[in-house]
Amino acid sequence: MIKIVDLSRTFNGHAVLDGINLEILQGEITVIIGKSGVGKSVLLKHIIGLLKPDRGQIIIDGQDITRARGAALKALKQRFAYLFQGGALFDSLPVFENVAFPLREKTKLPEAEIISRTKERLAQVALSKEVENKYPDELSGGMKKRVALARALIQEPEIILFDEPVTGLDPPMTNTVFHLISKTHQESGYTALIVSHDIPEIFGIADHVAMLHKGRIIAYGSPEDIQRETNPVVQHFIQGEPDFLEE
Amino acid sequence: MVDLIRQLGRRTLGLVQEAGRMQLFLLEALGLFFIPPYRPRSIIKQLQFIGVKSSSIILLTGAFTGMVLGLQGFYTLRKYGSEGALGSAVALSLVRELGPVLTALMVSGRAGSAITAEIGIMRITEQIDALDTMAINPMQYVVMPKIIAGLLAVPLLTAIFDVIGIWGGYLVGVVLLGVSSGSYFSGMVQSVESLDVNGGIVKSLVFGLTIMLVACYKGYYTARGAEGVSRATTQTVVLSAVLVLGWDYILTSFFM
Repeated sequence: MIKIVDLSRTFNGHAVLDGINLEILQGEITVIIGKSGVGKSVLLKHIIGLLKPDRGQIIIDGQDITRARGAALKALKQRFAYLFQGGALFDSLPVFENVAFPLREKTKLPEAEIISRTKERLAQVALSKEVENKYPDELSGGMKKRVALARALIQEPEIILFDEPVTGLDPPMTNTVFHLISKTHQESGYTALIVSHDIPEIFGIADHVAMLHKGRIIAYGSPEDIQRETNPVVQHFIQGEPDFLEE
Repeated sequence: MVDLIRQLGRRTLGLVQEAGRMQLFLLEALGLFFIPPYRPRSIIKQLQFIGVKSSSIILLTGAFTGMVLGLQGFYTLRKYGSEGALGSAVALSLVRELGPVLTALMVSGRAGSAITAEIGIMRITEQIDALDTMAINPMQYVVMPKIIAGLLAVPLLTAIFDVIGIWGGYLVGVVLLGVSSGSYFSGMVQSVESLDVNGGIVKSLVFGLTIMLVACYKGYYTARGAEGVSRATTQTVVLSAVLVLGWDYILTSFFM
């Protein structure tokens, strides 16, 4: 379980995270919603240790990642995989090598095993053999997301952080990616934390939903709870009402 | 007036912060020299990029520099009736000074700027963050092979520059202007000492480290998209050139 306690971070005098408290339950899919620029990605980057907070703790099974250094931080990071918004695929490597990369760098597995596992993961995210030798700049947005998902899965992480996994994709591809997340989650049982503002699609796969607004979590519950939430800010966001943008 | 002082103070603080951050970057890189893995394949790939691919430009500039030295040296020395010292003048100028400096400036323009752009694009497309999230040290994976390759390639390129420059001077001085081949080489053998050669090697090592450090640092801390990459690339070339010339003065004063 990941427990976030009073997490705060200021950029140029602006409090992006202002005392976040949240618990992400093991083996579940938790989704953080909120309008663009509200700090959802910043929160994810704190959870994996890419950013350090001004104040607060992120406790992963009793260990505070915000204070971990060296080998302890490395050990904590080994438990995660992170799916970046743009995929963050290595543009000098073809798809196959991108997916195999964590195994080549972090394990001493024999080549045959690396090839077999990589092919398995590519098949899991429904990528054909023809894609294997293509470079990231030859792929569509949806394919990039799927390659990134395969690269995340091959690390067999306990926790996967998804930073807007369907942004910029058309509706069929959005559904495909959400379906793949749901399917792989069922197969592998990882804890998923997804940052998204794709309403209502995200309610279909979430176990819990949290809404981030003005640096704080203003609502948390099951998708049904969130949809019944009386807080007008939550309702305006879910309904996509334009006046929300003016606040 | 107060605004002016405030602005001056802010810029000074910014410069001091930048210098401090660069030194921390250097210290981290130096620390990683002693921590495996060393990634020999990446080092060889970088040696090919920094060294082999720079060799044609080094051959060209080395040849022309030697030819100009031959020409200038011949007409200057002739005034004193010392054309026989042309070989030593060309060799000493190249080995002590022009070889290391011009090689470093060429490498920084060709490879340094490209390295900054490569790392900068990795930074803005979150590839460096991706390495970090995989618990792979981006400094070790991206930066170290380039620094090690730069430290190996720049002295070797300098040696090539020196040799080609000496033959360029020979072509102009001996073949075209009629200086005796024997005096060209014997003067060189008598005047060039091991201190001169060692000084050139030390300079090229320091320049190689400086160029790679600046190129990697500027790329590593690139921000603000394509414009940021463009700015970082320009800064790499300018800062490398200034630092190379500054180091050159300091090191020359040690080896005189």
